[in-house]
Amino acid sequence: MTKSAFKPKIVGFLCNWCSYAGADLAGVSRIQYPPTLRIVRVMCSGRVDPVFVLEAFRSGADGVLVAGCHPGDCHYLSGNYKAQRRILMLKKVLEQLGLEPERLRLEWVSASEGDRFATIVKDMTEEITKLGPSPLSVGGHFNVKK
Amino acid sequence: MLKKIGAVLVVGGGVAGVQTSLDLAESGFKVYLLDETSSIGGVMAQLDKTFPTNDCSMCILAPKLVGAGRHPNIQLITNAEIKKLQGEAGNFEVTVAKKSGYVNEEKCTGCGICAQKCPIEVIDEYNEGLGVRKAIYLKYPQAVPLVYTIDRERCIGCGTCREVCKADAIEIGSEKETVILNVGSIVLAPGFDEFDPNLKSEYGYGRFSNVLSSIEFERILNASGPYGGIILRPSDGEIPRKIAFIQCVGSRDAKIGNNYCSSTCCMYAIKEAVIAKEHNPQLQCTIFFIDARAYGKEFDAYYDRAEGEYDVRFVRSRVSRIEERPSSSNLIAKYVNDKGPVNEEFDLVVLSVGMNPPKHAEDLARVLGIELNEYDFCSTQTFSPLETSKPGIYVCGAFSSPKNIQESVAQASGAAAKVAGLISQEKGTLTTVKEYPPEREVSDEAPRIGVFVCRCGINIGGVINVPEVVEYVRTLPDVVYAEENLYTCSQDAQKRILETIEEHNLNRVVVASCTPRTHEPLFRETVRDARLNIYLFEMANIRDQCSWVHMHEPQKATEKAKDLVRATIAKARLLKPLPKPLINVTPVGLVIGGGLSGMTAALDLAKQGFEVHLVEREKELGGNLRHIHYILGSEDPQQRLTSTIKEISENEKIHVYLNTELVDVTGYVGNFRTTLNCNGERKEIEHGIAIVATGAHENKPTEYLYGVDERVVTQRELEEKLAKGDFEARTVVMIQCVGSRNDERPNCSRICCAQAIKNALKIKEVSPKTDVYILYKDIRTYGFKEDFYREAANKGVLFIRYDNENKPKVTQENGNLNVLVWEPVIETSIPIEPDLLVLSVATIPNPDNKRMAQMLKVPLTEDGFFLEAHVKLRPVDFATEGIFLCGLAHSPMFVEESISQACGAAGRAMTILSKETLEVEGAIASIDENLCVGCGLCVSLCPYRAIEKDEKGTARVIDVLCKGCGTCGASCPKRAIMIRYFTDEQILAQGLAALGRTPHD
Ligand code: FES
Repeated sequence: MTKSAFKPKIVGFLCNWCSYAGADLAGVSRIQYPPTLRIVRVMCSGRVDPVFVLEAFRSGADGVLVAGCHPGDCHYLSGNYKAQRRILMLKKVLEQLGLEPERLRLEWVSASEGDRFATIVKDMTEEITKLGPSPLSVGGHFNVKK
Repeated sequence: MLKKIGAVLVVGGGVAGVQTSLDLAESGFKVYLLDETSSIGGVMAQLDKTFPTNDCSMCILAPKLVGAGRHPNIQLITNAEIKKLQGEAGNFEVTVAKKSGYVNEEKCTGCGICAQKCPIEVIDEYNEGLGVRKAIYLKYPQAVPLVYTIDRERCIGCGTCREVCKADAIEIGSEKETVILNVGSIVLAPGFDEFDPNLKSEYGYGRFSNVLSSIEFERILNASGPYGGIILRPSDGEIPRKIAFIQCVGSRDAKIGNNYCSSTCCMYAIKEAVIAKEHNPQLQCTIFFIDARAYGKEFDAYYDRAEGEYDVRFVRSRVSRIEERPSSSNLIAKYVNDKGPVNEEFDLVVLSVGMNPPKHAEDLARVLGIELNEYDFCSTQTFSPLETSKPGIYVCGAFSSPKNIQESVAQASGAAAKVAGLISQEKGTLTTVKEYPPEREVSDEAPRIGVFVCRCGINIGGVINVPEVVEYVRTLPDVVYAEENLYTCSQDAQKRILETIEEHNLNRVVVASCTPRTHEPLFRETVRDARLNIYLFEMANIRDQCSWVHMHEPQKATEKAKDLVRATIAKARLLKPLPKPLINVTPVGLVIGGGLSGMTAALDLAKQGFEVHLVEREKELGGNLRHIHYILGSEDPQQRLTSTIKEISENEKIHVYLNTELVDVTGYVGNFRTTLNCNGERKEIEHGIAIVATGAHENKPTEYLYGVDERVVTQRELEEKLAKGDFEARTVVMIQCVGSRNDERPNCSRICCAQAIKNALKIKEVSPKTDVYILYKDIRTYGFKEDFYREAANKGVLFIRYDNENKPKVTQENGNLNVLVWEPVIETSIPIEPDLLVLSVATIPNPDNKRMAQMLKVPLTEDGFFLEAHVKLRPVDFATEGIFLCGLAHSPMFVEESISQACGAAGRAMTILSKETLEVEGAIASIDENLCVGCGLCVSLCPYRAIEKDEKGTARVIDVLCKGCGTCGASCPKRAIMIRYFTDEQILAQGLAALGRTPHD
């Protein structure tokens, strides 16, 4: 596949209370962004199990976005802090597995940040387009660095 | 007497009105929620962030608005005002005039095509005139109800909207309606109006385009505001580098007749400055102020952070005038500092406008027959802060005095409790409980999925090829039926879905349309009507997150829509019916603490017919109120105390336990069991809720010779002297902030400024010749208390400011007390020889709070006060359900504020006690005991303490407490925790299907 024709596939795990609402607002405000993202709604970013992220990559995702409420705003008090810790750890794991850590992003998006949400999707799409397809999505395997 | 009615009219749909409505509707009353505009939400819906936590205002408000909009017992009446009132407390007849919005509320789906096509652009009030909207419009994107309105003054009658509206909702001919409501009680929550800064012409508002009001600036800060969240100057769209905030515009200003302090502007200005700095760290923010009134819980910490961390500059000076430099549209602020007059240039000036009473206050008062105070706010009394002058009509929020969101919300719940006390016998008489047919057992059946794809007029259908999606869906596994609808949410579509479920024997339903955040409840109800468990339903969001954001890429949008629907179906295949078990509620309250707050809460619960246990560790009731002998502008507090105690002892629903402490608390909401130690004897009680009202203490100071020289006393000791009539002194010095606002205790004790002024005025009354000096950091007489500050100054009380670097020095010389204070205006230290030195000492948390917090499993603040569930919207709740908080245990506060909170706690408690059973959420965690190894990680992670270990050491979820956030599930090393409706399998299936895979690929 040539780089220019490459359209990344991104899976997004969005918390119901802030980020999913922010994604809705982008729509209500008709802010356009590339059609690269597929959103999965979870109640809280703290629900996002590292396994979900790894499985998404294993199944060919070129990028994974986890989005939750801003620090202090989590509907369940502290789920987003837990997400933050997990994602930091996961990025290390990805590196070990031979994937660029930039393919995984954790972002805070509030219910009034439709614009910010769209910008994140645009940025992420551009960044991953530059990186090219995930080695796994073109039939590769996790390649554990020794 | 007329028969009482179990319905309530709430006037004003801001956050206070919405909270009252929700509390009442949840407790079994029918509520009419009236708003004069086209949607509820009030001013809070316009705010960007809220202090002191910088929460996103819309994020925390929207779920409440949706809840009120969908509540079966709340009827929204928008575009409406009250015309006439008849009847009496318990049975009123209210005549309401309702303007037409020219759009049929039942038919409008809120799709917004009309506004897109409308040719007329109009100034947008929601964005404070900084943006535009159309002549047919929604007040704001998240508006509840989601119904468009035609602004007839601007509409040119072209009829475009009628042509494009596929729902046939436009009714240009409809006119005003009159509605007659029969209600038992009325709650007034009309809020406030912003002060009109045009009246302060010296600041050039309206003439200089870069002078903004604070609420305009709030919109600019907001991501959905006029400039998309980028701070720009209106004059030229440039990014400003220097912003000035000017405080007290329209407040504390005798010239314009607003003598009072608006109570919130200091904090919101600090917040706006902090948020602006977060947007652009290079920005310089300067706040010009007189006194920094950061008096609330944790407010001073916020203020300190703004100054220290965010580098916001604070200048204690009143700006006398703003001039514009025509060449650059920059602004010159003229003010005086200790060196003399200054002219300083800024790019943008924000005027912190005060709160005025609502515009229609006088009309409202006339129609309802209630009294207003001298400033046209609703008149209330210290010991009845929620009652208007007319029985049966209550008030909450900013209408009775300028106040912030947290206090408005506490009052709102309090007003609900007052209403319930009045018409408690009528509970449940006018509310509807919907009966559903029994659920069909589907567990053994293979999935049979029905899919409904919505065109949403042209919102989806105009971009996405809906027939193609439907065709595609039909090819997916387990899908036995698929169709498209013009509007899947319309009334007739619900009927179709219901019939289709029956006809095709569907056992899973997927709707591909808009967002579940607004529409899931509707569809869940429909599938439930069709005898399916509500958790057998799922939604795919192909509008807000697809057609609307890919409007110019129809083909890609169609592909994405297929992916999204396929993913949702993959999850739907794995859906399981979930039980929503019921738990019984013991309709009994426990109130811990027998001071003013505790007694008030107990009485309010008892008036509704609930049994209450009131526990006090001392040998008598009364708490701190026993030491308050007079209150400015109030009846005699001691008389009030006596009558309240009498009322308690005569109320047979209230069981008082003196000399009693809590020993142990077990159980959960609805079913607590508490062991008491009464005078050495053990006693067990069962209760459904608990209210913490354990009060606070006056600190005993260790500085300024207190305890060394007996002429040094605390304010409370002075009050005691004045009350007993043994006050004698020619010169009195009072020192403020003793033990508050220092390194050890950074926060303000809130009540001491007014307490000092109260005692100073009393001294001037009994001994006019006595000189009184008050040495202060900031005088924080917020709200109408400002009047007493002015009175004290007029009566000759001398106010001298000091700061932490120049604290007063107190010494003893030749038997005389000597106070040396630095006078900043004349720049010298002046000696005063008082015969009485009065210290305004800190209010400190109860030392027992720690033990209590552990027992109840609730948190404390760093200062040691109890920490509420949410500063703004749950000010008297704990995160642990069924436990509430009020009074000084929360933070230092005045009598009327303690009462408001106590009623608020009772109001929140009644939403539980009024129900025979509580329904447990079905989408919660459950633990497989065979897999659990008892590591306890989930127990420590759960923010709601909903997981405990049983005798075998296995973790167990307490269903009633679990909120389904799923944090435990994501952390369990043994994968022993299942989060229902969001199981690992379901989420994985959905995620992978979106990528075109199945988990087994
Ligand atoms: S609810 Fe949004 S991150 Fe927890």
